[in-house]
Amino acid sequence: MHPAPSVILFTTLSGLGFGLLAFLGLGSPGVTGWVAFVFYAIAYALAVGGLLASTFHLGRPERAFKAFSQWRTSWLSREGICAVTALLVMGLYAIGAIFLETHWPVLGVIGAGLSLGTVFTTSMIYTQLKTIPRWHMPLTPVMFLSFTLAGGALLAGQERLAVWFLLAAAAVQMAYWWQGDRAFATSGTTMASATGLGTEGATVRAFEPPHTGSNYLLREFVHVVGRRHAQKLRAIALILGFAVPILFLALSAESSLVKHLMAAFAVVSHMAGIAVSRWLFFAQAEHVVGLYYGKR
Amino acid sequence: MTELPPNTAKKMGLVIDLDTCVGCHACVISCKGWNTENYGAPLSDQDAYGADPAGTFLNRVHSFEVQPAATAAQPAPAAQLIHFPKSCLHCEDAPCVTVCPTGASYKRVEDGIVLVNESDCIGCGLCAWSCPYGARELDLAEGVMKKCTLCVDRIYNENLPEVDRVPSCVRTCPAGARHFGDLGDPDSAVSQLVVERGGMDLMPEMGTKPVNKYLPPRPKDKLEEQIDILAPLLAPVTETPGGFLGWLDKALDKLPGQSSGQSSDQSSGGTA
Repeated sequence: MHPAPSVILFTTLSGLGFGLLAFLGLGSPGVTGWVAFVFYAIAYALAVGGLLASTFHLGRPERAFKAFSQWRTSWLSREGICAVTALLVMGLYAIGAIFLETHWPVLGVIGAGLSLGTVFTTSMIYTQLKTIPRWHMPLTPVMFLSFTLAGGALLAGQERLAVWFLLAAAAVQMAYWWQGDRAFATSGTTMASATGLGTEGATVRAFEPPHTGSNYLLREFVHVVGRRHAQKLRAIALILGFAVPILFLALSAESSLVKHLMAAFAVVSHMAGIAVSRWLFFAQAEHVVGLYYGKR
Repeated sequence: MTELPPNTAKKMGLVIDLDTCVGCHACVISCKGWNTENYGAPLSDQDAYGADPAGTFLNRVHSFEVQPAATAAQPAPAAQLIHFPKSCLHCEDAPCVTVCPTGASYKRVEDGIVLVNESDCIGCGLCAWSCPYGARELDLAEGVMKKCTLCVDRIYNENLPEVDRVPSCVRTCPAGARHFGDLGDPDSAVSQLVVERGGMDLMPEMGTKPVNKYLPPRPKDKLEEQIDILAPLLAPVTETPGGFLGWLDKALDKLPGQSSGQSSDQSSGGTA
C-alpha cells in the first residue's frame, strides 16, 4: 500500500493524543488548573492535528462532514463519530479540571472509553479489509490499542505503568510482524484464484499488463520501494519506539528538570519509532489486486 | 444508505468468455469513450502525450500465460495466452459499498448495479482498498471514485436503438466475447451460457459473490495425425529424388568442394 504521509501522521499523532486523553479521563494524572491546561493542550493538539492531517488525503476534503452518516456499516464513519464525541466529552471534562478544579469521574470514564474507542475504530478500518491479508488479523486492533496505551502512559507521566505497557506493545509489535509475514500465503488468494486459470496444476504468469504506463491501482496498492529496507526499519522502530523510552524511564534522576528532559526525549523517541512502524504498516501491506499484475 | 439490499429484483451483469477474447482492447477504448462523456465526471488522463502517461479506466484487459501441467496424455502441453478483461463485477456482497463513510456508494435494489453518487464522494479511496478486483479508480482530476456503471445510461435509454441498449463494451466486442443480461434469472441466455460452459467467480474466497462470471478457456486442441482429407494427396510422394534430378544430385555430391545440404535427400536447387 502507498504509505501516504498524511495517514501515517494521522494514525501516529491521534493515537498518542487519544491515549493521553484516555489516561486523563481516568484521573491519572488527576491534574487541575494550569498543569491540566498544558496536558489537555498537548492531547488536543495531537488528536485534532492528526484528524486534520487525515483529511489531506481526501480527493474532496470539503465534503468530509458527509462521512458521519454511514455509521451502520462503515468503520470510517464510526471512527469520525467516535472521535468527535470523544473530543466533545473530554472537552467538558477538561473545562471542569482546568477552570473549576473539579473532576467529573463518570464523564471522565465515558471520555476515556470513547478515546480508546476512536483508536479501535481506526484500527478496524484496516482490519476489516480482506483484500490486505497483513491487516486482516485480530492482532491489528491489538497493536493499535497497545501503542495507544503505551504512548498515553508515557505522555501522562505514568512511569511505572509506561514501562510495562511499552514492553507489552513491543511484544505485540513483534507478534504482528511475525504473523503478518505469513498472512498473504495463508490467505489462500493466489494468481490461480484471482484469474480462475490455474486449474489442474496449470501455472499462471502475468504476460502483459493492461497498459504500458502506471495507473491508480499500481500507485496505491503495489508500493514496493518502501519494503526494501524493511528489516532495518523494523529494528529502528523497536529501538526508537520501545527500547530507548524504557531506558530513559528506567534511569533515575534527582532534579525535576533532568527528569522532564528525559521524559521529553522518551516521548520524542517513541513518536519517531511509532511513525517508522506505521510507515512499515502501510509500505509492507500487500493488496491482492497486485496478483493481476503478477506483483505483490 | 450503504447497507446492501438483501435481495435485488434482477442481477444485471456481464459474462466474459475467456475462450473467445482476442485481446484487442476495443472494449477498453469504447468504455472510456462512452463513459468519459456521459454518466458523471469525465475519465481524465494525466500527461497523456508525455513521458509518463496514465489515466482512469473502468475496464482493463490483462494478458496471462497459462502453462498446463504435463499429463500422461499430454506430456508437453502447449502454453496458452489468455486475454483477461476486468471491470466491476457488481458483487452481491459488495465490500466497496459497506465501507463507504458517506453513502456515495450504493447497490441498486432494482437491478443490482453498484454505483457511486459522485456528489457525495469525498475521495477517501477506502472502497478501492476494499475491492479485490481493482475495479475502482480514483480520478485524479475530479477527486472522486470512478467505476463501471454497467452503462446504466445506455441499457434503459429509449433514445437509443434497441440493439444499442447494452453496455458499450458488449456492443463493441468484435469477437462476441462479452455477454450482458440478468444473471438472477436462471432461464436467461447469460445464465444458460454460464451453466453450459462452467462459468466461474474470480477470487471466490473473498466472499464477494460476484454477479459477473468468466467462462474458462477450452483446453487447446491436440494436433491429430491427419487433419485434412486432402492431406494424403498433398504429402510428398518420395523424399529422395529419382531420375535425372537424382543422378544430378549424386554427381554433384561427388565433385570436390562443399555442398550446402548435409545429405542428398534434398531435391531443391540448394546445390545449383
